[in-house]
Amino acid sequence: MAEALTCDNRLTQEYLDIVDEIIKPYRGQPGNLIQVLHKAQSRVGFLPREVQVKVADGLGVPLTKVYGVVSFYSLFNTLPKGKHKITICAGTACYVRGAKQLINQLKEDMDLEPGGTTEDGMFSLDLVRCIGACGLGPVVTVDDEVHGKVHREKLTKIMAKYKEE
Amino acid sequence: MEMYRSHVLVCAGAGCISSDCKSVQQALLANINDLRLDNEVKVVETGCMGPCDLGPVVMVFPDGVFYRKLKPEDTREIVNEHLLKGKVVTRLLHSPVGSSEKVVSFNELEFFKRQTRIALRNTGVINPESVEEYIARDGYRALGKALSQMTPEEVVITIKESGLRGRGGAGFPTGLKWQFTAAAPGSPKYVVCNADEGDPGAFMDRSILEGDPHSVLEAMAICGYAIGANKGYIYVRAEYPLAVERLELAISKGREYGLLGENIFGTGFSFDVEIRVGAGAFVCGEETALLASIEGQRGEPRPKPPFPAQEGLWGKPTVINNVETLANIAQIVLNGAPWYASMGTEKSKGTKVFALAGKVNNTGLVEVPMGTTLREIIFDIGGGINGGKKFKAVQTGGPSGGCIPEAYLDTPVDYDSLNELGTIMGSGGMIIVDEDTCMVDLAKFFLDFVQDESCGKCAPCRIGTKRMLEILERITSGQGQEGDIELLEELSYGIKNSALCGLGQTAPNPVLSTLRYFRHEYEAHIRDHKCPAAACPELLTYYIDPRACKGCGVCSKACPSDAVIGEKKKPHTIDLNKCIKCGTCKQKCKFDAVITV
Repeated sequence: MAEALTCDNRLTQEYLDIVDEIIKPYRGQPGNLIQVLHKAQSRVGFLPREVQVKVADGLGVPLTKVYGVVSFYSLFNTLPKGKHKITICAGTACYVRGAKQLINQLKEDMDLEPGGTTEDGMFSLDLVRCIGACGLGPVVTVDDEVHGKVHREKLTKIMAKYKEE
Repeated sequence: MEMYRSHVLVCAGAGCISSDCKSVQQALLANINDLRLDNEVKVVETGCMGPCDLGPVVMVFPDGVFYRKLKPEDTREIVNEHLLKGKVVTRLLHSPVGSSEKVVSFNELEFFKRQTRIALRNTGVINPESVEEYIARDGYRALGKALSQMTPEEVVITIKESGLRGRGGAGFPTGLKWQFTAAAPGSPKYVVCNADEGDPGAFMDRSILEGDPHSVLEAMAICGYAIGANKGYIYVRAEYPLAVERLELAISKGREYGLLGENIFGTGFSFDVEIRVGAGAFVCGEETALLASIEGQRGEPRPKPPFPAQEGLWGKPTVINNVETLANIAQIVLNGAPWYASMGTEKSKGTKVFALAGKVNNTGLVEVPMGTTLREIIFDIGGGINGGKKFKAVQTGGPSGGCIPEAYLDTPVDYDSLNELGTIMGSGGMIIVDEDTCMVDLAKFFLDFVQDESCGKCAPCRIGTKRMLEILERITSGQGQEGDIELLEELSYGIKNSALCGLGQTAPNPVLSTLRYFRHEYEAHIRDHKCPAAACPELLTYYIDPRACKGCGVCSKACPSDAVIGEKKKPHTIDLNKCIKCGTCKQKCKFDAVITV
């Protein structure tokens, strides 16, 4: 199975075929647009124009509407992400317990800003509005791993672990 | 049937997962297998037990012994001593804040003792992936009772008389909503569960979905019977992947057991549920935006009326209920309306789940009867403020709510008392802040949130909140002007009165509420260019305390603008002309010698 694309990969026919497979059961069902985009993004890694065109054709929705939905929801992205996806929770509980300092730290240490990707394509950073682990703020997730009660030293350690890989 | 002499419940709620409860569970299982106790002791993975701060937590039944902050290596001792020899491992027990005494059973901890768990009755108690365990705790009995012994009208009346109000925030009477939808012309009708828990700081819906998914499905089916719907949708945030997984499993089990699908219990009533996953838009918690999103469109709200009860999903009559609201339904049907209405206050019946977060000792989820005071919730159950700091305010209702200062801590909490204090119940998130939090900065945080999440459809919300945010940014950076406070108030009332949906109409609340109780903080920022909480970096001045400074030089090496000067082993000083107030020196100093004024 092809892995989701990251910064240094290119969109190939293989991925467009995957998108075709995803669309198949939903042909002509505009109501499933968001679900199809989720599936496409999880396999391709992002939603470039080529993918959006396929989804629009398949579901019978104008391309403008597909783009409208993609640009409306913050979890859809039209640019590829880094190899490791970092998210910092920017919910209230995490905010009052120091999430802002962690955001600054990544900027200082790795020149990584929310919405951005490091130059080497290793890490991308996004802010998320509450992942519901408020009891353990501030919370940072890297890929699927959740880290609670993160502070300066802990974040440095977490980053070091992924950099080694 | 297998019988076990002991059950070990391992909390696998969101909090404990981020404290790595998985490794603890694996180690526990390995140790149990090593001693060949696997026929006598059963390990059960449950949903959230509540005390997130103490994770990973484990309870050993039948005695209810509560172990906290476990590491994988601790499990050997629990297995060897407790499970094999019956001796409680005292070292791993919890002692509440301010006490050195170890508490053995969870029942004896204030945190649990003071709770009344109805919506959370199964969360943290059963294995959420087992429909059998749900059924063993009266699961689907309420559906059976409704279908076989009650008419749809009787179900609606029961919910109405129970006094249950919507737990998602607005507090609309649930029974009335059902009645309107049942009476509305049009077919088919729909039941929608709003599981788009976007209010930052609230995680009760997540815990219910992950810890007791069948309670939501059962309630949706009961609602379907009451209003004449055969189809339900659950709209879940994409940020909750485990909730989606558990719901999918619960739905497929429900279908397999004939609890969902065609001809339920042979009564001729059919009901099925589908999941819709959101894509990261806060405004989709607003019901008309949520409906648009289920239909696969941009989640933009539309004006009401028509209300969803008349024209909802695909223009058909629709009930939209929040997760926690639904989690109460089965218990009300089983135990009757008078039972539920006997709890709570005059206008707010039953119990409410609160999520404690921020600067409080016992962060986590608690369920208490309506009318419990804030002081009981924050201090008696929540264990007070951590780090010996002073309580400043509690923020309720998220971006639509406000702050309550210390003077009102004895207020009994219900929908109406909170409204009187200028905030709202909201979904039940309580963020506790201490003296280190700047209230202007907190208001700015919420405005920034709303500005980011505004869908842009109506101008008051799109442009108005942007102007308010700009003013708050000005104030917190020391550029505030006389008249800014009045301008904020004028904009607030303008936006409240003219925005299209609940998001915009309530967006100014955090500002109005902090102005009501903490106006002096705004004034200090504007007039004296000081942040009383010493939280706004641009209003701070950094000094080095010559008595505390050891001259180690760590700060001068770390300073990005070469503002720290001094010789080695002698007290350093900060050149205020060069200082960019980044705070790096303060973070790096091991002797707490860098102070801010």
